[in-house]
Amino acid sequence: MSDALLEVSGITMRFGGLKAVDNLSFTLKKGQLGGLIGPNGAGKTTVFNMLTGVYRPTHGDVKLGGRSMVGLRPYQISHHGLTRTFQNIRLFKNLSVLNNVLIATHQHARTGLWAAVARNQAFRKEDREMRERALDLLKIFKLDGKADEQAGSLPYGQQRQLEIVRAMATQPKVILLDEPAAGMNHSETHSLMETIARIRQDFQLTVLLIEHDMKLVMGICENIVVLDHGVKIEEGAPERIRSSPKVIEAYLGVEEE
Amino acid sequence: MLKSLKAPVLSFLGFILIGVVLEFGFSAFIQITALFVLVNIILAMSLNLVNGTTGQFSLGHAGFMAVGAYVSAYSSQHWVPLPESLGFLNFIIYAVLAGLFAAFFGFLVGQPSLRLKGDYLAIVTLGFGEIIRVALLNMDFLGGARGIHAIPTLPEGWGLSRFMSQYLFGLFWTVTCFFVLWRIIHSSHGRALLSVREDEIAAEAMGVNTTSMKVRAFVIAAFFAGVAGAMSAHYVRYISPSSFGFLKSVDVVIMVVLGGMGSMTGAIFAAILVTLLPEVLRGLQDLTGVDLRMVIYSLALILVMILRPKGLFGEMELPDLWRRYVRRSS
Repeated sequence: MSDALLEVSGITMRFGGLKAVDNLSFTLKKGQLGGLIGPNGAGKTTVFNMLTGVYRPTHGDVKLGGRSMVGLRPYQISHHGLTRTFQNIRLFKNLSVLNNVLIATHQHARTGLWAAVARNQAFRKEDREMRERALDLLKIFKLDGKADEQAGSLPYGQQRQLEIVRAMATQPKVILLDEPAAGMNHSETHSLMETIARIRQDFQLTVLLIEHDMKLVMGICENIVVLDHGVKIEEGAPERIRSSPKVIEAYLGVEEE
Repeated sequence: MLKSLKAPVLSFLGFILIGVVLEFGFSAFIQITALFVLVNIILAMSLNLVNGTTGQFSLGHAGFMAVGAYVSAYSSQHWVPLPESLGFLNFIIYAVLAGLFAAFFGFLVGQPSLRLKGDYLAIVTLGFGEIIRVALLNMDFLGGARGIHAIPTLPEGWGLSRFMSQYLFGLFWTVTCFFVLWRIIHSSHGRALLSVREDEIAAEAMGVNTTSMKVRAFVIAAFFAGVAGAMSAHYVRYISPSSFGFLKSVDVVIMVVLGGMGSMTGAIFAAILVTLLPEVLRGLQDLTGVDLRMVIYSLALILVMILRPKGLFGEMELPDLWRRYVRRSS
């Protein structure tokens, strides 16, 4: 178990009387690409919110590289190397594409406020490097040509891609993708799959994704966790998930005799 | 380091020209109005950092101004750190002290802003401003309701008239405030402040400590509000708690909204407009015999908000507007 990068043990989230997630455990090894699937309302996004510190789990623990993340603020968890994209796109819509990415690199800025006011050499050098790095990241999705456009004016698919680029700019160890292919057509989804696989290789990332598109999940994920009503009903490789009666039941219902 | 001082020094020297024109061509009334233009520009630029850039709604700017004004007035009456010949520098020291005190209060008020948003924050900051005013009202060593009289003003000397040294003092702070804020806004820190305004949850997920960003914005804005307070104390030479009421805060908010939230040059433009408009309209009063100043002033504000709901400059700065104008006309 020593190579587990993300260790989730028994997390539970209660909203009043409702148990949105109940005693969920799973692990992600370094470099693994995991999937989190389940019918609508199964609690997938709630899991993401707990992992990233938006919610504090009622019970249980989340460990990143052996360190507990429970109780930390979202920005601290991001500093530890866990970041995410959002299901309902949350770009900084009024800012330029480049600025969206630059904001994510701010946590690595070494020069302080005084350097910014003095506009000294160190500040100017760092600012230039930040911009170069941001443009390089935008090239992953060929968005570098749109660096000066307003983020909110991009087509929907590119906004989703920009969210991934922005998350990448925090230099994460683990990246959580919340329905990255939502609203994309077949060919867009296909190229997204390839890009996710490629950035995982190039940046040695560990990825956990929530997705409704079964083809995408089954195609690239190595380990899949299936949630239903907040409870884990199955976990394993795609073949195992595909043939699991419990999963089929959760998605399609039980056959009546 | 020297290179980065070039633009501030050059603009300081450039704007001395306006002072010279005012000195020889205009009446004392217009001169004091010009000094208040500088005070209001600093107030508007600094509040713009909180309300425009960071997206928090503060209604307590007059409170910070009051702290600065009283600190500077009191220390100038009781403490002379440098010899007479360097009198000008004494006032810079008083103003820095005023700014630091105000910044400390900014830090205190920044704390509730961590939890509150929008209207609720506005009410807390409003309450803060009133607390300061009422506290000053009850402090006898600061004159209570009578305020502080006979505050020292900037000395004549080195061949400068009183107005000229007052103007240079104000110009020094205006230029400092502009470049400090402009450079912060156009740096990684400024982008982090913008991200707080745009989407706090996303900003946090991207590693921006939104709490610390808000407090920083409050502290920096309060510092310059304190400096502006110090300036006005040494210009008018009399302050009382009633000079820093709620309406003063509203005035500054009007400047920021009128100029366009988030636009620094817009804030400057609006500060000039809002300060000068009532004074210019005084001439009309002589003509008609009725005081229509406030009626016209209010109508002008309403008209601007109808025609340009995002403020005169929107979110753009003067250079952006100019570029757009050139592109359109070509």
